[in-house]
Amino acid sequence: MSASDYLSATLLIAGGFFFLAGTVGLLRFPDLYTRLHALTKADNVGLGLMIAGLAIQAESWAVVGKLLLIWGLVLLAGASVAHLIASSALKQGVRPWKK
Amino acid sequence: MSTALLYALVGIGLFSLGLYALIVHAHLLRKILAINVMGSGVFLLLIALTKRSVTSFPDAVPHAMVITGIVVTVAATALALTLMVRVAIENRCAELSDQSEE
Amino acid sequence: MEKVTLLVMLFDVLLGLGLLWLAWQLLESRDLFKAIVLFVAFGLLMALAWVRLDAPDVALAEAAIGAGLTGALLMAALAKLPSRDTSESLADEKGYWLLRLTLLLVAVGLGSVVLSLPESAPGLGAEIASNLASSGVNNPVTAVLLNFRGYDTLLELMVLLLALLGVWSLGRSAPTREKPAGQVLTTLVQFLTPLLILVAAYLLWAGADAPGGAFQAGAVLAAAMVLLLLAGWPLQHLLSGWALRLVLVAGPATFVALAGLTLLDVGLLAYPPQHAGKLIFILEVAATFSIAVTLAALFLGYRPRASNKESG
Repeated sequence: MSASDYLSATLLIAGGFFFLAGTVGLLRFPDLYTRLHALTKADNVGLGLMIAGLAIQAESWAVVGKLLLIWGLVLLAGASVAHLIASSALKQGVRPWKK
Repeated sequence: MSTALLYALVGIGLFSLGLYALIVHAHLLRKILAINVMGSGVFLLLIALTKRSVTSFPDAVPHAMVITGIVVTVAATALALTLMVRVAIENRCAELSDQSEE
Repeated sequence: MEKVTLLVMLFDVLLGLGLLWLAWQLLESRDLFKAIVLFVAFGLLMALAWVRLDAPDVALAEAAIGAGLTGALLMAALAKLPSRDTSESLADEKGYWLLRLTLLLVAVGLGSVVLSLPESAPGLGAEIASNLASSGVNNPVTAVLLNFRGYDTLLELMVLLLALLGVWSLGRSAPTREKPAGQVLTTLVQFLTPLLILVAAYLLWAGADAPGGAFQAGAVLAAAMVLLLLAGWPLQHLLSGWALRLVLVAGPATFVALAGLTLLDVGLLAYPPQHAGKLIFILEVAATFSIAVTLAALFLGYRPRASNKESG
């Protein structure tokens, strides 16, 4: 294994850790809004790290471009859908959690 | 156990689960979901069994059939859902009763 | 190498168990909304399974149709149900032991049949590979869909059309009131629609040599139209009447015309090899538009009228 392999392995594992944290948040947080927050924030970073790890291994710049495009699309869709879910929950009267 | 057999058995499991839910549940939306799951099981079995071929060329005929099947499934699902909405509006409940209404 | 295969095997087992677990959860969950969300997740896992089974064409179709469009259709239908409560007559859990036993026996029987099949089967792979050169395309799945077994696809397009006629004949259900879409949804749709059209064009073009083709392209285009409909664009007024009918029958009609022409010449849907590539491309373009508009019209759920005035 070369240095770049170690680097991408580290990035992939770090990305996996963020996904794990986001999922734990999704399962453990008290209400819809905090769960959405955990999921979108952590998964966006996790996916970014994974994309970076995979981009190091990519054979050509075209593949790197495609990977970045995937990340951008997921960021866009994730942020928008989180907003739509949260705003429709607010309209339906789901109260944010207060300690 | 090979990958092909594993997925073939998963397909059989999905088919059986779907069949059970289709019989047990009365709500029509759930029945439509059950038929979709059964269909997925059949498709999975079909494709998994073609992976047994030893030649380096995968057998494309079942692949094409499954793509056809997926498109037909969505069309049938759309028709079934429209029927369900009609039944629900007429009956005020999305279930079919055993007794005839007359 | 051994470690990698073990890991892959573990992934396969997890994916298979995940599929079964999701299927059980979605079929047994009390909440129908939750069941639909789980069904979409189930479709995405199915797409992964297709990739694992070396069927990328099927994976694309599943992701676009099985997970995407079916989910939208189910959600729309759930919203149209009169009572939003999830009251349903619950299954009498005790009375079903005989059924469970029978189904278990059926499953075991099917399983033993699968396990008793020969380890390897030749299939038609070699046959297709040897005839691929004369088919006009390089993707075996596209070759089967539009050349070797073109009549299947022709009949499939007819089935789509018949399903749409069925939906239309059920009368015009009360259209759900269109509330103005929020700024976020509008912006998202503005970003995604051109991109989806681009992806559809790419899938259509790539279908000749790589995974993709008319069905996947049509499904992606239909997804773009569904998004526009959800964001409140009046697509149903823009495309109605004769124009709509023309687009709907473009695919099947091109197919039938070609079938008629080839019947006189070489045989039903047997193309002369030197023109096969071009003919298949024309067919695919027509079929893509027909499939996309048919699927979007199925989502709409009623027959759009030519006039702008609301008659419902």
